[in-house]
Amino acid sequence: MPAFTPPPLPSDDKRWKIVNGTMRKNGFARYALIETLHTVQSAFGYLDDDAITFVARSLRVPLSQAYGVVTFYHYFSLKPPGKHTMTICTGTACYIKGTDKLVAAAEKRLGIPQGQTTKDGQISLMTARCVGACGRAPVVLTDGELMGQMTGEQMLAQLERWAVE
Amino acid sequence: MTIEELDQIAESVRAENAKYDHEINVCMGTGCMSQHSDKLKEALAKAVEAQGKNALVRRTGCMGLCAAGPLVLVDPEETLYQHVNASHAEAVAASLGNEPIAELQCDLREHFDQQVHVVLENSGHIDPEKIDDYISREGYRALLTALNDMTPNGVIRQITESGLRGRGGGGYPTGLKWGMVAKASGDVKYVICNGDEGDPGAFMDRSVLESDPQRVVEGMAIAAYAVGASKGYIYVRAEYPLAVNRLTVALRDARRRGLLGNNIGNTPFNFDVEIRLGAGAFVCGEETALISSIEGRRGTPKPRPPYPAVSGLWGRPTLINNVETFANIAPIIRKGGRWFAGMGSDRSKGTKVFALTGKITNTGLVEVPMGIKLREIIEVIGGGVPDGHKFKAVQTGGPSGGCLPAELLDIGVSYDALLKVGSIMGSGGMIVMDDTSCMVNVARFFIEFCMTESCGKCIPCRAGTAQMHTLLTRICDGSGTMEDLDLLVDLCATVKEASLCGLGQTAPNPVLSTLRYFKDEYIEHIVHKRCPAGVCNIKAPVEVLA
Repeated sequence: MPAFTPPPLPSDDKRWKIVNGTMRKNGFARYALIETLHTVQSAFGYLDDDAITFVARSLRVPLSQAYGVVTFYHYFSLKPPGKHTMTICTGTACYIKGTDKLVAAAEKRLGIPQGQTTKDGQISLMTARCVGACGRAPVVLTDGELMGQMTGEQMLAQLERWAVE
Repeated sequence: MTIEELDQIAESVRAENAKYDHEINVCMGTGCMSQHSDKLKEALAKAVEAQGKNALVRRTGCMGLCAAGPLVLVDPEETLYQHVNASHAEAVAASLGNEPIAELQCDLREHFDQQVHVVLENSGHIDPEKIDDYISREGYRALLTALNDMTPNGVIRQITESGLRGRGGGGYPTGLKWGMVAKASGDVKYVICNGDEGDPGAFMDRSVLESDPQRVVEGMAIAAYAVGASKGYIYVRAEYPLAVNRLTVALRDARRRGLLGNNIGNTPFNFDVEIRLGAGAFVCGEETALISSIEGRRGTPKPRPPYPAVSGLWGRPTLINNVETFANIAPIIRKGGRWFAGMGSDRSKGTKVFALTGKITNTGLVEVPMGIKLREIIEVIGGGVPDGHKFKAVQTGGPSGGCLPAELLDIGVSYDALLKVGSIMGSGGMIVMDDTSCMVNVARFFIEFCMTESCGKCIPCRAGTAQMHTLLTRICDGSGTMEDLDLLVDLCATVKEASLCGLGQTAPNPVLSTLRYFKDEYIEHIVHKRCPAGVCNIKAPVEVLA
């Protein structure tokens, strides 16, 4: 049986080399699937069909299994994120401090339900299952930066700043 | 590395610290970092230099009182400042050796005096990214003592004697678990640290990993020696980037110091640890699901037995413990199992870290001896409910736990006592609710969580939680009936009895406990169509004018 040769990189985008590096570090073993998907997501921001196919072929994992893993874990996203991301924590401590009102206010302002991106691709509205900063509830992440004791006005002001950019 | 070499490192760290008249410790955990304590640290360093003060500015892990952050602790005076920002840096530097700044001073004796720090003994005192700081506080002494002077069985005996029980929530005796893995046949065994803290409202593991990562690594190494493993994994949530970074640094430094790798402490013992990132699935906190996830598959649980102790990761005997459990190991080996067993209550020994959040004045992380009354934690350490509101319930154990009313505040916190009143210890989240929270809505919130987090493998959990959610939503919006309530109770029993793993088996707990202690609120929603707390959006019934 001929030795396994991993498929060629999808394009000469340098980020694929980082992805390939993660797989090589793990000897192209099947168990590296989640690790590799993490690398893809941190390099590209999301996982598209090309990326999933490339990773699955490289690790000799059935495409169905790779897709199953991607959709099972909430952390992986199949859609490209907007230019800015507002993530609202909906953990218990934040919920007790009224985070549902924040979500409702943001949905109303942006005209999209949580988990979606505005049509112009400017802002994504996400919710998180507890970011572990419960001492500062309610918490939002503005482009990944943690902001505690958030009020509706502060959050809407931030959305306003992003919208006019 | 030998114990003498550890002593030398500790001595040189102490000599270095002794050069300074003052130490300014700046909290750089996630909570304080979100308020720019990194910039504060820079500003302090600049101010100290500009004013020619002989002081060390140190980055530390969490000091516990997240509500008052960013926190700064000045040693040796032990002055704690709260809500410090970069603009205060000059003043703080100027106050060194003079009177402390009264406006910034945090005087919460009652908050700290009741606490006993074992797991958190180094948090807020050492730089989490400096292994030598950890060594200077007796770090890695336990590992080298175990390797040189104790047999694997001797280590397990100490752990058994300590009475330590799993801190992830299950409360299984740790010594017993270790013994099972040690006895399991097989030449390849694994040690896994469960840091998949998916339980919303809990952040003990994050804090320990951010503040004192070496402690967890040392605990794992001791465990590996005791059970005969040479490879370990730490499974951490990807949502905790700071913890992952500090852990990565910790592992690198431990390897450099020869405390991980081959022939640790000049003995034949080999051990190394790899980090595995979680990807946001609550069910992966369950041990068999976590193992599936490390193997690169969907995190769905498997029926037990076989237990991981017999057949775990890649079918090999595997020891899985929680972050906090591992954090307890080094002090137990250092001071002996009997010392640990001397703390706590009858069948729950030692201390427990709780994440105190919700409607409470002093939110943050506390460590208390087991057996302490809930009332003491909430009213004394936590400072009670703020803004003149009335305490209504405390929720322990996250989505698997229950809501306890004011009448039960005098029970002592232990695994058995909490179980008896319909809640669980859980990993240590403690969320306080006041009269502005509707208990029916809270129950619905938790069921919604379990519904979305159910992995879908077994029907009772997948379909049961969805049906419970529908019923609770109906009650919340005022269209529920008394029959719905009976059906809900029925469903709870089915889901509890028939689910495959812990997620489903405990999912009904929030509903059952609120039904047990706050049934009047359910009745109020169903019969009188009103929400006593004013949370639920009940449409007023159309009044027919006569």
